[in-house]
Amino acid sequence: MKLTDISNDINEWFDGSGPLGDTIMSSRIRLARNLAGYKFLSRCSTAEKTEILNRLKDVITSLDLGDKVFYVSVDEAPTLNKHFLVERHLISRHHAFGKGPRGAVIAEREFFTAMINEEDHLRIQVLKAGCQLSLCAEQINRIDDMIEQKVEYAFSPRYGYLTACPTNLGTGIRVSVMLHLPALKMTGQIEKFFNAAKDMSLAVRGLFGEGTEAASDLYQLSNQVTLGVSESDVVSQFENAIIPEIVEYETAARSQLLSNQSDILDDKISRAMALLQNAHLISSQEALFLLSHLRLGINMHRHMGASTPAIDKLRTLCGESDDAEKASRLSIAKINRLFMLTLPAHLQLNYGKSLDPTHRDALRAQIIRSTLNQDDPQQG
Amino acid sequence: MYARGGHFQRGVRRNKETRIEFVMQCQICRKNDATIHLTEIADGARTEIHVCEHCAVEQDIAVKSHIPINELLSSLLASQPTDDELAGPSGAELVCPNCGYTLAQFQKEGTLGCPGDYEVFEKMLGPLIEKAHDGNTTHRGKVPSSAPADTKEQIELLNLRQRLAVAVQNEDYELAAKLRDQINETEK
Ligand SMILES: [Zn+2]
Ligand SMILES: [Zn+2]
Repeated sequence: MKLTDISNDINEWFDGSGPLGDTIMSSRIRLARNLAGYKFLSRCSTAEKTEILNRLKDVITSLDLGDKVFYVSVDEAPTLNKHFLVERHLISRHHAFGKGPRGAVIAEREFFTAMINEEDHLRIQVLKAGCQLSLCAEQINRIDDMIEQKVEYAFSPRYGYLTACPTNLGTGIRVSVMLHLPALKMTGQIEKFFNAAKDMSLAVRGLFGEGTEAASDLYQLSNQVTLGVSESDVVSQFENAIIPEIVEYETAARSQLLSNQSDILDDKISRAMALLQNAHLISSQEALFLLSHLRLGINMHRHMGASTPAIDKLRTLCGESDDAEKASRLSIAKINRLFMLTLPAHLQLNYGKSLDPTHRDALRAQIIRSTLNQDDPQQG
Repeated sequence: MYARGGHFQRGVRRNKETRIEFVMQCQICRKNDATIHLTEIADGARTEIHVCEHCAVEQDIAVKSHIPINELLSSLLASQPTDDELAGPSGAELVCPNCGYTLAQFQKEGTLGCPGDYEVFEKMLGPLIEKAHDGNTTHRGKVPSSAPADTKEQIELLNLRQRLAVAVQNEDYELAAKLRDQINETEK
């Protein structure tokens, strides 16, 4: 299994499917665990780290996860591969560029990753498309149970699972959703979302490698409190309170665009299309920014039946007026694919060698043009 | 660590009118293109940073900690008898017998040395833990199957009581009655 086996396409978790897929790109749950009888990593010798790594690697690669897994020796991986894994959300930046012996066990379909020797001895994560936190919770709990059959975790009755940083103490759970909120941004109401997050003690960040709030309109929202709340409390807070509220805000903003500001909406979508179809040099930030608007246009038609001059033109690209071939349709999955595949490390890994920024911008523009103009023989 | 956000200049995005500047310079070295862009909201304040890969690694700009740990650490310091540099005498003298860790090291690194540190530094860490977790001080939720039976029972009771409180609050008396039965059963 080579990284290039997965790098030239996106996997299920990022294809825009799943419940509430027009706003919620993906759901993720991560658990932090440490082995009993060892120090935390900052105090471990290289030999101890290697011991922990080998032990956990053996345990996790032998589990029956319902998918094949592969192992990446992160400390020995080429820099480009590390960047790729971070872009892909399979490992954290901290894990990629940390110190000492460390590795990742990754399911080929990418729904599961175990980071060994990140900040804690073990961090496992489950990723799913759309809003599927309950399913993530169920799966990660089952995987955690299987691991726990073979190792002893550091646990205290008072503080729960003991973690290197006290902010992860207790359940060690981090529940996150990746949100696409272009209409809130466009209507100048993104503060609403920030305030709602703040009121609920949640952390928000623009996604790494995917820009500031201005660029991709993609945000990650996660819980901060891990002690004194059960795993199911956190998940149900997201599913029953947080997510419905934010989806409602974004949906209201989309309706508002349609009824009061359709010329702004059409301007953004038309400009995005024109630039993406014609540019010969395009930076990652600009691509993310523009692709976000195409995503919005398609989703507004799919989920709200929106019809404006720009959205109707976009639908032609989607093959929704009669002529275009089904296979060459522009779809949300294809837009998401462009989001991911035009990130710098993806570009270079798929090209086969590292490229300077100008060459990257040219290659990126070419990939986007050929997808949007539907004349790329490699597409399909 | 990321919470050292005060070190970053924010002037790069000077003209909001043009919506976005596509090529950003790293705010640290001012040489490479910024490829890492973070927006973080903590306590209502938004900070954005734009740095290159190299500087991110150098400066350990990681997104590992959602709560600005430095903020917590300074509150920890504030609660100690003051000494110019370190925690007060009570904290500064303590050394973990297992890993040799001190509070000063924790303040520097933001992570602990071994699981035992939670006990060794309990007095000093307690307020910090409480603050980081919305006032919570004890675990609820999953317990490893290898944990002693009474630990499991203890935590299960806490879970049930919490769920009971919520049920009562929601006036779901049917569920409340069921939970009360379960609590009585467990307490036997
Ligand atoms: Zn730099
Ligand atoms: Zn220790």
